[in-house]
Amino acid sequence: MDFTFSDEQVQLRSSLQSYLAERNGFERRVKISRSEPGWSADLWRGLAEELGIIGAALPESVGGIGGGPVETMIIMEELGASLVLEPYFETAVVAAGLLQAGGREAELEAIVRGDARYAFAWAEPEGRYRYHHVGTRAVRDGSGWRLSGMKAVVGAAPWATHLLVSARTGGDIRDRDGISLFLVDPAACGVAMRGYPTIDGRRAADIRFDDVQVDATALVGTEGTSLSLIEKVGDVAIAALGAEALGVMRRLVQDTIDYTRQRRQFGQPISSFQALQHRMVDMFMKLELATSAVYLATLSLDADATERAKAASAAKVSVGQALRFIGQNAVQLHGGMGMTDELPVGHYFKRATVIEGELGSTDYHLARYAELSKAAA
Amino acid sequence: MMELAWNEDELRFRDEVRAFLDANLTDEIRAAGLLMTSVYADHERSLEWQRILHARGWAAPAWPTEYGGAGWSVTQRYIFSRERVAAGAPPVSPMGIQMCGPAIIGHGTPEQKAYFLPRMLSGEHFWCQGYSEPGAGSDLASLQMRAEDDGDHLICSGQKIWNTHADIANWGFFLVRTGKYDRPQKGITFLLIDMATPGVTVRPIISPSGEHIQNEIFLDEVRVPKSNVVGTIDDGWTVAKYLLEFERGGVAYAPELQVRLDAIEAAARQVPGDGTGTLREDAAFSRRVAEARIAISELEIYEFRAMSAEAEGKSPGASASIMKIRGTELQQLLTELGLIVAGRYGFAYQPQAGRPGGPVQFPHGDDVNGPDFAAIAPLRYLNERAGTIYAGSNEIQRNILAKLLGL
Repeated sequence: MDFTFSDEQVQLRSSLQSYLAERNGFERRVKISRSEPGWSADLWRGLAEELGIIGAALPESVGGIGGGPVETMIIMEELGASLVLEPYFETAVVAAGLLQAGGREAELEAIVRGDARYAFAWAEPEGRYRYHHVGTRAVRDGSGWRLSGMKAVVGAAPWATHLLVSARTGGDIRDRDGISLFLVDPAACGVAMRGYPTIDGRRAADIRFDDVQVDATALVGTEGTSLSLIEKVGDVAIAALGAEALGVMRRLVQDTIDYTRQRRQFGQPISSFQALQHRMVDMFMKLELATSAVYLATLSLDADATERAKAASAAKVSVGQALRFIGQNAVQLHGGMGMTDELPVGHYFKRATVIEGELGSTDYHLARYAELSKAAA
Repeated sequence: MMELAWNEDELRFRDEVRAFLDANLTDEIRAAGLLMTSVYADHERSLEWQRILHARGWAAPAWPTEYGGAGWSVTQRYIFSRERVAAGAPPVSPMGIQMCGPAIIGHGTPEQKAYFLPRMLSGEHFWCQGYSEPGAGSDLASLQMRAEDDGDHLICSGQKIWNTHADIANWGFFLVRTGKYDRPQKGITFLLIDMATPGVTVRPIISPSGEHIQNEIFLDEVRVPKSNVVGTIDDGWTVAKYLLEFERGGVAYAPELQVRLDAIEAAARQVPGDGTGTLREDAAFSRRVAEARIAISELEIYEFRAMSAEAEGKSPGASASIMKIRGTELQQLLTELGLIVAGRYGFAYQPQAGRPGGPVQFPHGDDVNGPDFAAIAPLRYLNERAGTIYAGSNEIQRNILAKLLGL
């Protein structure tokens, strides 16, 4: 048992930290978020070329560095601490995970080079958090396929050069079998994307596929059996998103401590009031315990499916509860200043709120954990 | 004698209120009530509603009739506010009628009453509050805005912050520093300022929700006639305390909480759950609704008890702080339930959704049930965080309660 980071991992974290401090400062990040595209092509290039982190967790055979889940965790935590907008999570974690299993080396190489950005279109209007609620259909058309259906609130889709789309090649809307994955060009004929900003300053889109023609190579993996892969990558995604949350919460806790130490009322810093001290201690404890849950999820990604899924759901619950407590109290302890868009605290709180509800709410994962525990007994 | 049911007079009054709401509430005004993203409704619609209420003599429920108020008892006020929210009507802006009005009624001169009160009722004067300063929030008595004596005038300079609707208000009631004494509460003066006076500058503060509700006010040598002082110079704290108590005690939370929870339940019946049925049928969600319902009903009975004590002429004691703490906590809890109902749609940022007629831009439009609800849910969640901060933060309220307990 060992919970120390290697020298290379420590180095990875510190170089990413200083890079983001210089290139993604708060003012700059807000400006980018409010710009028309809402992301920075320069920063993305820099992450790929100057830092080389987009392929940090991908194999050397596709140009990556050959790291694993721990590297992803370190990177995501630092991206969270800096509120990075750019689609590392969607591209290098989620899409890369799906493409790796499908053996798509050329696409992975393009990701590592920084040439491709992805969005994974899985959610549907009536599906809530279920990956197997797939009403989008793909029917054979000669050697290729035609896709029709509707995907909802697809994160980072307006920035994507490629879409990965879950579609049904067989079975009924909530069947576990019959789900396939397709690579779709967002500019293809029949793809109607309507993008909008999200409350955390990023972008998402609702996407309609209307008889979109793709060729045989668009099918990623094998036909009709992609659900277990999607669920596995879903757990990988929870671990990564949980790590991002740790970075977000680290900033919320630190900013709150700093603010209460300099804010004076009744002739003393408000940090001297015991009621507030205990609140901040509770925030800090939640962060520490959520960190443990994220470690467990990260280190369980190669375990058997039930263990992996339980650790992921446990992390989502633990992180979700911590995000809420820390986020809300960070705002509360900033007083009125927590209710302005000028200080970072409000922006971190909004990202915290989105992460809490992404990839399944706390209630959803509590129920999933309970269900998995029953099955294992 | 303890009696839970309304008596005949109260029921008659309730029916009268219902009939009035039914006859006068337009769809547009109701929309302003239903689409509220914070505790404030759309300005124009809210004023329109105030004028309708004023025509009936109901714009100021708590004011005595001699000043144009409804002169209602606490019970009648409670019934009115309950029926109002149940009908979906927006609230009237509190800064004038609920806050400044009582200060003028309690401490103003006959001239001030004759000039300000009718204009406050009609909406001709729309008020903002100038209390907090960057260095004086929870510790309000440490406020520094300078007001120098210049014969018939006070000359005011300094900064105020957290001034709701100061950008659209034409009058403001301010606390300014006219003297320095051993106690910080002494030397404060309660002053009415025409916002069009030279030297008044208002700067917007944008909330995390992206909405513009709050402002900063800068006064630069603003000349205010001494006839605008309410109460006496240096003794404004007495007026402010009176007003703060009114702000805290004059609010009943439970009626609105009940209506909001009803709306959440209705929306939850329209969206799929995490199990096989609707969200409303999900075990975890049902439990959350039940917990909220129980918490609201105990608060409601608590409010009845406070109301009954007030009707007996007893001082509010702990109840104002308890209602403020619990009421705002439950408001926040309901916004969390709202986010659960919105699900992933709650990520979309639609700051225009709270304006009646403001476009809700989910591209799928009618494909999905409840997009309006989902569009408003995150704005409410973000804005409602202010509830436990303003009007004496909940930490300050707990300090007040601790003192009452002799701690």
